[in-house]
Amino acid sequence: MALTAGLATPLAPKTQTAEAAPADKVLTVAVAQSVDSLSPFLAVRLVSTSLLRLTYEYLTDYAPEDARPIPGLATSWKPSTDKLTWTYTIRSGTKWSDGQQVTAEDAAWTFNKLMTDEAAATANGSFVTNFRKVSAPSPTKLVIELKKPQATMAALDVPIVPKHIWEKVKDYSKFNNDKNFPVVGDGPFILADYKADSYVRLRANKNFWRGAPKFDELVFKYYKDQDAAVAALRKGEVSFVAGSPSLTPAQAASLEGEKNIRVNDAPGRRFYALAVNPGARSKNGQKFGDGDPSLLDERVRHALFSAVDRKTIVDKVFQGHAVQGQGYIPPRFSSYFWKPAAGQELAYDPAKAARLLDQAGYRTDSAGKRLGKDGKPLTYRVLCHATDPNDKAVGQYLKEWWGKLGIGMTLDCLDNVTDPWLAGKYDLAFDGWSVNPDPDYVLSIHTCGALPATPKDTGATDNFICDKGFDGLYAKQLAEYDPARRAALVKQAESRLYDLGYMNVMAYPNAVEAYRTDRIKSIETMPKAAGNIYGQDGYWSWWSAVPAQSGSSGGQSSTGVIVGVAAGVLVLAGAGFFLARRRRTTADDRE
Amino acid sequence: MTADTEPTPADTAGPVITGPAAPGPRPRVGAGYVRYGAGKLGGAIVSLLAVLVTGFFLFRLIPGDPVKTMTGGRPVSAEQLAAYRKQFGLDLPLWQQFTDYCGKALTGDLGTSYQFRTPVIDKITEALPNTLLLTGTAFVLYTALGMYLGTRSAWRHGSLGDRVNTGLALTLYSLPSFWLGLLLIIVFSVGLGPVPGLFPTGGMEAGGTGGFARVFDIAHHLVLPVITLVAVEYGQTLLVTRSALLDEMGSDYLTTARAKGLRDDLVRRRHAVPNALLPTVTLVFVNLGRTVAGVILVETVFSWPGLGGLFYQALSVPDLPLVQGLFLFFASAVIVMNTLADLVYPLFDPRVGR
Repeated sequence: MALTAGLATPLAPKTQTAEAAPADKVLTVAVAQSVDSLSPFLAVRLVSTSLLRLTYEYLTDYAPEDARPIPGLATSWKPSTDKLTWTYTIRSGTKWSDGQQVTAEDAAWTFNKLMTDEAAATANGSFVTNFRKVSAPSPTKLVIELKKPQATMAALDVPIVPKHIWEKVKDYSKFNNDKNFPVVGDGPFILADYKADSYVRLRANKNFWRGAPKFDELVFKYYKDQDAAVAALRKGEVSFVAGSPSLTPAQAASLEGEKNIRVNDAPGRRFYALAVNPGARSKNGQKFGDGDPSLLDERVRHALFSAVDRKTIVDKVFQGHAVQGQGYIPPRFSSYFWKPAAGQELAYDPAKAARLLDQAGYRTDSAGKRLGKDGKPLTYRVLCHATDPNDKAVGQYLKEWWGKLGIGMTLDCLDNVTDPWLAGKYDLAFDGWSVNPDPDYVLSIHTCGALPATPKDTGATDNFICDKGFDGLYAKQLAEYDPARRAALVKQAESRLYDLGYMNVMAYPNAVEAYRTDRIKSIETMPKAAGNIYGQDGYWSWWSAVPAQSGSSGGQSSTGVIVGVAAGVLVLAGAGFFLARRRRTTADDRE
Repeated sequence: MTADTEPTPADTAGPVITGPAAPGPRPRVGAGYVRYGAGKLGGAIVSLLAVLVTGFFLFRLIPGDPVKTMTGGRPVSAEQLAAYRKQFGLDLPLWQQFTDYCGKALTGDLGTSYQFRTPVIDKITEALPNTLLLTGTAFVLYTALGMYLGTRSAWRHGSLGDRVNTGLALTLYSLPSFWLGLLLIIVFSVGLGPVPGLFPTGGMEAGGTGGFARVFDIAHHLVLPVITLVAVEYGQTLLVTRSALLDEMGSDYLTTARAKGLRDDLVRRRHAVPNALLPTVTLVFVNLGRTVAGVILVETVFSWPGLGGLFYQALSVPDLPLVQGLFLFFASAVIVMNTLADLVYPLFDPRVGR
């Protein structure tokens, strides 16, 4: 039996097995999310796209200070005067890990593949929908021609792959890039080994153009249970734990003050909001769903949001690990962050909320219940994620706050909220998105163009918002190439969204993560001043991490090995004794 | 379990072993067995077909749109969403999806996982050995332990040892496995008070090793999850064995055996236990069938890369081909094992299958 055989083996103590070579500095990171694919054409999950960021260089990177686009594989880029042609200068002298030169031809081939092969467009097809033609007139020059102007051309998050390797792939829908290691790349790390739901090993790319990482090896190790991951950090089996998406307040509290552990409580990139069903409809104008008609009145929406005490939500539900919500884009993206002016703000004001409801014609009956236009008491259904304790806790507060206004509420917590959401069968819903450095996507999901074609289809819309004023501002910002003017337009769009009252951003949850200071001496956060480590827009954290004196993680005490061996010997001895006894008695008592 | 598999204590073995058909020649029993076996196999095939059909429709009742769930949180155009649907065959009418699925399943093709873009059969064969290692090791240990302690308990029923034994087994049996697992991690992995951290906190191996070092590494990782499983599972075997044996106690043939002057230990092992084995055999085969299904909670707590965890991931999307494939696989394993148990019964009790 493997168990006893293994335990009884006095060979190969753990300290020898964990690393490739004793002197190697290994950084071990606990992850929970399974890799969906290691192909840059298929992978969509955060863990997989983060791995791709580490192994392939993109045209541009995001500055760790403020997430502005900075040179990556491209050293510079500029649009033509008609705004329709972008020319990128590709870095010369960089090499793929198999020694071949990286050229503009690799980039052109990658984009062309996305444009021409439906299977290859699976993960990143949306980046090339506005492309007309991509070419590489020289090894250092890449030219992209557009159908219409697009301001996000320095935010093309597409891994550029080596043409000489990838042109051999026959079916892009099936090739997962997870069989032959090491994988040829040009990022700061080389993908060296992978075992599904066990580990991903990356070796430092000593020839990386920006400089080699300080750790020799980076290992993503799987912990499907967050408490077990925290235990592993405490023990020193891993050097970094982020949780998904954050450590819980209880976990963070248990790690605070622990020797050699630092908890990084950083401003997050997510917003946590309450969304109103604005009357679900499709592009062809058909209305569907069953959102409460009272919510179509802006005064009612403003009343509901004015009754939400964001401070209590941050203090009690997030236990301080969040920032009160204001505009649509979190403050860490400083150039696009917008907050409402004093007169515009829907601050916590229950009296004003009651007044607004009265003005809108929703008066209370003798029992204090707010009545709808049909004379029945107003009761809203709020969709909540059964797996998210925050939704449930905030839901209880909403019930109380809205209850004071005479409004009833039922909290529909479901494992999968997608179905009622897509069908427009809800009144309000808990909503949240991770925002990219370029805000285009999170704005696009509120345009009329994102609505489903017919009620049966699935659109790219978040919750059926369609407003001509917002759409106009969205289109303008996408065609504006001047960063300052574009930022101003984005803020105007956020302001419009705020006034509409369909989305109420209640909080920006922090990214709470922890690492061992006896393994990691220093590590760059993003934003640099106070930011997160896991899931950055770039490879800054792992590329910049400096090993502490003791170096690698993943070590275990030899006590474990000794006791393990002793236990194995005991088991074997016990089994031997038992067998011997049996043999003896059998001989004596044979009939 | 079918009613005809229950042992009847009065005439199980003992000196008067003549059943109703005793005078008949041996070959007739063989013919009866063939008929009995064929019936059981036929039943198994019908069950498998039922599972095939149920699997398809059952998981389509799960709320959720696989495409929307998989693309949630990233930029996708309506065209891309449509392309996904086409790629997965979700744009086809339900009846066509069903006939495709049945046709392929009968030829051993379980389809391609939506989220991993890998043939379902590959995902299963990748995780199956891990699951078998964990659940198989635990199965052997908890069956042996349960049967041994169950026998001991029954033989000395009412004694202090019996009461402690059954009490402990019942307590452990009712513990949530993930809770016990987490407790073991805190005590024996991280270390608590004077107890040093002895075992890894999770995973199946540290990786980067080969040969004997890898065997040791995996065994080291195996200890805590196996202990957890054995602790919560052995009680069941213990209780079934104990109660079956208690039914046998006091039978005349045991008195006869003792009267022959056999040692008590031998009376128990040679006479009582074999006759009381039938319910335990059923349980053992059912448990054996369950071993391939993995153990979601224990696999999650110990981050064991097995089929249980895979099933959970498949359900949360829902990744229909993977869910269906795993369901079919798990159900088939239980059906096959139950059929095997049925086929084996006559070896323990010749009256079954006559």
